[in-house]
Amino acid sequence: MSSRTLPLLFINLGGEMLYILDQRLRAQNIPTDKAKKVMNDIITTMFNKKFLEELFKPQELYSKKALRTVFDRLAHASIMRLNQASMDKLYDLMTMAFKYQVLLCPRPKDILLVSFNHMDAIKDFVRDAPSILNQVDETYRQLIEIYTPLPGGEFQLIRQTLLIFFQDMHIRVSIFLKDKVQNSNGRFVLPTSGPVPYGTQVPGSIRIFSCSGEEVKRLQFPNGCSYTSALREGSFQMFGERVIKLGTNMYSVSRPVETHMSGTVKNSAQHTKVNTAPNPLAKEELNLLARLMGGLDMEKTANTDSGFRVNLFATDEEEEEAFISRPEELSYEVINIQATKDQQANAELARIMGEFTEEGEPSQSPSDKGEDLLAMMDRL
Amino acid sequence: MVSDVARGLHLASWLLFILLTKLASLLARPISDFLKESELSMYHKEKSIQIRSSASALYNNLSVLRIAPRSLTYFTVVHANVVNMVSASWDGLNFSHRQLQSKEGNIAASSSLIMQASWCVLPSRELLVLTSQKGIQMYESDGSIMVYWHALDIPETPTAQAVFARGIAAVRENYICVGVSSGSVLVFDVPSKGSNIMLSEVLDEHRESITDMASECSGSLECIADLVTADDSGILCVWKSGEDFQLLNKIPGFDVCCSSVKLWKGTVVAGYGTGQIRLYEAVTGIVHAEINAHARWIYSLDIAPFSGLLLSGAEDSLVRVWHLTLIPETNSVEIEHLYSECVTDTQVCGAKFCDGDGYAFAVTGYDLSEIIRYTQA
Repeated sequence: MSSRTLPLLFINLGGEMLYILDQRLRAQNIPTDKAKKVMNDIITTMFNKKFLEELFKPQELYSKKALRTVFDRLAHASIMRLNQASMDKLYDLMTMAFKYQVLLCPRPKDILLVSFNHMDAIKDFVRDAPSILNQVDETYRQLIEIYTPLPGGEFQLIRQTLLIFFQDMHIRVSIFLKDKVQNSNGRFVLPTSGPVPYGTQVPGSIRIFSCSGEEVKRLQFPNGCSYTSALREGSFQMFGERVIKLGTNMYSVSRPVETHMSGTVKNSAQHTKVNTAPNPLAKEELNLLARLMGGLDMEKTANTDSGFRVNLFATDEEEEEAFISRPEELSYEVINIQATKDQQANAELARIMGEFTEEGEPSQSPSDKGEDLLAMMDRL
Repeated sequence: MVSDVARGLHLASWLLFILLTKLASLLARPISDFLKESELSMYHKEKSIQIRSSASALYNNLSVLRIAPRSLTYFTVVHANVVNMVSASWDGLNFSHRQLQSKEGNIAASSSLIMQASWCVLPSRELLVLTSQKGIQMYESDGSIMVYWHALDIPETPTAQAVFARGIAAVRENYICVGVSSGSVLVFDVPSKGSNIMLSEVLDEHRESITDMASECSGSLECIADLVTADDSGILCVWKSGEDFQLLNKIPGFDVCCSSVKLWKGTVVAGYGTGQIRLYEAVTGIVHAEINAHARWIYSLDIAPFSGLLLSGAEDSLVRVWHLTLIPETNSVEIEHLYSECVTDTQVCGAKFCDGDGYAFAVTGYDLSEIIRYTQA
């Protein structure tokens, strides 16, 4: 569907990831300088010029697995380490939060305002680092340039593409359950009250016109809801009031991050089956991944003395428990590009990644490359 | 004893008289008055039909085909790259399921996403038409055999402008029309049997992606216009079919996407992204009515051609039933609201009547693995 979806998906999920990490870093009393370094490193990696060039090229969305791999790597772009259970939880929270925002945004075009809320917050995270701020601003300008001229129908296509990506994900998130915006079955609550979207009239009136175009009758009907008229439109400029709150930071130290795990109640077995079926695009997908990763310029040697681990759970025991009890259908089966355990494999992978970076476009026999990378991953 | 019998007979005939006069007065009133009285209890929820995978958020994501001779109703709902097909017996006892993948020519399975699935009813045959990112597939109505495949022109490297087909309509005796993201409308000439389907014409009046299209559904041959096509910018084109399709009128949009459109007795019914419904006279483009119908984007409209009932479904989780009345004296159309149903926490993406009178309708919603049915009480 829309080939302009990936940048918005990446930036918004990235924004949610930063909110969560920021909260966890503070909750775990990580020293300010280290916490700052983690946030700065991740944001620098996220807004890497080369990476974003690849990201902004028109392309289809690939699988959840591919994107998860990208975020795995992004989360480990600094001295902070997350283990499998914490990473799973982080990704669950990010995706459910953005699914909620996509589903609830009043008009499809408001997805852009949601993105701007994330971008505004990211800028605030790096307000003392001018060079990173510049990088973020560059992407901001790109977003405005590409997306603001798009018509409503195009945004609806982007929204529909995102909704297909998030389809059948019903993970329960405690912050949403507490706020009563998510039901116990994992479905989000859709309000039938409050302001209507900008440009929409409150339902309930019918105007009848004569052949000459004069209004001859005005009727009312009970709309069965309690809507109010629209708020003003949010700003689509680099600065200004966004009006909508979706995409702003909902976490704070007093509102900790928690998830309840629950598989998709039905159909789960079948979806798992669909996901594991051989995908004719697998090779193409690996190439995309490789290109994206090529752009992700990492701090390659994670300094082990200054490194630390962040836990998305209250205690290590809870984390362990979550890892063991995670329903199988929720397993992301991550392509383990990190390969942190095996130093040798890591070096080899780095070499392959390096090759990709140098090539830029994988123009010379990309299918062979795909196979190489596939074989490589099998061994990891 | 005799007098008792006589009195009994007298009472019975008196009761009958009252009943008949009551009935006569009911019949004399317009149907809408009758419907309005029972507004609150007009439809009740029936048992849902489970489907194999959930509905995707796509315009008009439900198609219904009634097979009267076999007392069956077919339903299709699109889930990403799969079409869920269910045949349901009218007694509600038997359901059979089938899933169609989007095929690309001879490649059996693909990940290309399907945009719409719709049955096309021509006088001689019924076909199931699927539109995707790669092309157009036409199947026998039971989904058993693919009879035709039309590939779209796909650029080698993805472009900013997405490529897909969307908007399906059967027109008159032998045409099936399908919209494309470039704005083109493809006209296929369909023989009464066999697979010799030909692309006979390409209509290039729209500049934006086609969203939906509809043919005259009343079956009346007096109507001049027999096809209306809609696009992302809200422009509506009204066509007369034939060997060469003739553009009768272009109704300007106002830069709001028209996501669903219907044509009934010469009246265009159009649903928009602002939640509005507008009624136009097809040939002249005169606006008859403007309804602030929904609080969010409309995804689906349907008309029950025999009763003039109109069904609308939107992202605001509501489905509403309206009644259209033609007023021949003033050559205008009026509309009134009859019924609303909130499908709690569901962004409605498909809503269709199950019969020509609007006695029953069915609804699908994003992330929902069931087809919800409502029947008149």
